Amino acid sequence: MTTVYDWDEARGAEIIAEHAGKEGATLVILHALQEAFGYVPEAAIPMVAKALNQSRAEVHGVFTFYHDFRHKPAGRHVLKLCRAEACQAAGGDALAARAEAKLGVSLGNTTADDRVTLEPIYCLGLCATAPSAMLDGRLVGRLDQKRLDALVAEAQR
Amino acid sequence: MSIRLYVSRDAGAVAVGADEVALALEQAAARRGVAVEIVRTGSRGMYWLEPLVEVATPQGRIAFGPVTETDVPSLLDALANNTPHLLRLGATDEIPWLKRQTRLTFARCGVIDPRSLDDYRAHGGYKGFERALSLGPDAILNEVTASGLRGRGGAGFPTGIKWKTVAQAKADRKFIVCNADEGDSGTFADRMIMEGDPFLVIEGMTIAGITVGATKGYIYIRSEYPHAVEAMNAAIVAARRSGYLGTNIGGSKQAFDLEVRVGAGAYVCGEETSLLESLEGRRGIVRAKPPLPAHHGLFGKPTVINNVLSFAAIPFILAEGAKAYADFGMGRSRGTMPIQLAGNIRYSGLFETAFGVTLGELVDDIGGGTFTGRPVRAVQVGGPLGAYFPRALFDTPFDYEAFAARDGLIGHGGIVVFDDSVDMRRQARFAMEFCAIESCGKCTPCRIGSTRGVETIEKIINGERVAENLALVEDLCNTMKFGSLCALGGFTPYPVLSALKHFREDFAPVPTTLQAAE
Repeated sequence: MTTVYDWDEARGAEIIAEHAGKEGATLVILHALQEAFGYVPEAAIPMVAKALNQSRAEVHGVFTFYHDFRHKPAGRHVLKLCRAEACQAAGGDALAARAEAKLGVSLGNTTADDRVTLEPIYCLGLCATAPSAMLDGRLVGRLDQKRLDALVAEAQR
Repeated sequence: MSIRLYVSRDAGAVAVGADEVALALEQAAARRGVAVEIVRTGSRGMYWLEPLVEVATPQGRIAFGPVTETDVPSLLDALANNTPHLLRLGATDEIPWLKRQTRLTFARCGVIDPRSLDDYRAHGGYKGFERALSLGPDAILNEVTASGLRGRGGAGFPTGIKWKTVAQAKADRKFIVCNADEGDSGTFADRMIMEGDPFLVIEGMTIAGITVGATKGYIYIRSEYPHAVEAMNAAIVAARRSGYLGTNIGGSKQAFDLEVRVGAGAYVCGEETSLLESLEGRRGIVRAKPPLPAHHGLFGKPTVINNVLSFAAIPFILAEGAKAYADFGMGRSRGTMPIQLAGNIRYSGLFETAFGVTLGELVDDIGGGTFTGRPVRAVQVGGPLGAYFPRALFDTPFDYEAFAARDGLIGHGGIVVFDDSVDMRRQARFAMEFCAIESCGKCTPCRIGSTRGVETIEKIINGERVAENLALVEDLCNTMKFGSLCALGGFTPYPVLSALKHFREDFAPVPTTLQAAE
């Protein structure tokens, strides 16, 4: 399950200070913030910029470049379906369509009840046990309809 | 007497239940009062047999697989009474699929406990490093150059030349960077080696450090690989504790240390200059070359940047000598290549072999065709930027030049097999779509071209002015191929043009007038 904590400026400042001394620290800090809060709160961006002696625009630019960083919390569970070629070859297209239909959202979106975020991922490196998925960090290979349905049901709980 | 069992902790094995099997084995053994020791190894690379359970015997390891939780009681019975079992595969080393490989880089993967530096050393680990220390930089460079090793990330640039350039550069600081941003679909060799034999990567990078005079290295691992991140971090701590990283490494006067940095889901960061930008904490925007990273790399300093598999090949070359490595292979492709068989293929996994094996042998013979049982129609070699080859090209030997001569590439050694249900228009469209999603945006052919490519292929799919739009796609591909700054935009035309060339029948206009008569 995704853990989301309310933005806490003091805690944010602490995290930033912990990593600010590293060379090229921006991604390290953004990852740490997301791990702590479940997303990167907008209020943190100018704080990161100040700590690294960069402009707010620079940090915002980095934040928006990478697919991983979220500007708002994800659903309670995040289901990532591998959509790259090896999984396509193994029947991933039909499974992705099935997941979308079951959850009533298209890839890249969160269900209305905020329970499940369904996302595409371009390669989990499980290409020899395709198709594959990741539910809240747990890997699942050799997906078929039954295993997918079980994953979706688990995510909806 | 305690029974020693081996179960993989590789992400690919865990994804199909290896953790559950290990736990079930432990619990069932405890209930029976049988003492078992379960060693969590990397994967042997035979993924269709995962979860694979091996048992230590005086005659060597005996394999069982694929094992599920429900097989555990009968498996323990068979072990206790030494009786046959349906899943018994015999001696692991005698399994033909494994036996016909030449494992130089993956010799230890699946065999040792990746968390144990002692296990690594007991299996020949750090022999290359020790010889490197006694040889000194010039002699190491000679060995690496003579081995003929070329960059295993995909570009195939001679590693010895790259290292020599950095060694000769004058600077107050130099860096070693390991590109572990293995984003190509169909590839997982980097992940396997980081999870299954992480000290090998550390040893290879350390040798690079001694050679060029660098004291700091970074391993940039993609965020999609949390298990690899964990394994590398644990190995770095262990290596530091044992004096293999830090000051006076291995009792020498040299210093070298490593740090793992995690990517954030950008495919383009597998491109070396984009990776360096990302490591510096910026958007992963590709840099124009020259200057080369060897002269002006990380933080503007001379930098060796190599793929995981390139560094992982180094310890063998130093331990056994350049000739032992170069004796394998064909033409200018020397040594072995860890080839990854993926997608719709029966015997999927990691097959390390000398260059020269043909694509047909790999797919039909070694891979056993598709797991759906349908005929193989198309094979994409080299990731999302690699060409789709039809059966007619199955005589192509696995070799950098041979693939290039047929408008393809071997890239990072991934092979994705498709059966006859594949629609090559969709695959061509996906290649453009993926490029559009992942483009860093710096150069126009890639940023705009990929989006226009998606639109134009969609028109073809919808039957709109097919002939004109096909010509347009070909023209666009040429613009992208010759006008893009890096391999993302430059190589996206490979899958598209190969689909058009070899599978033209899929792009014919939909015959709307030929519907069955009532």
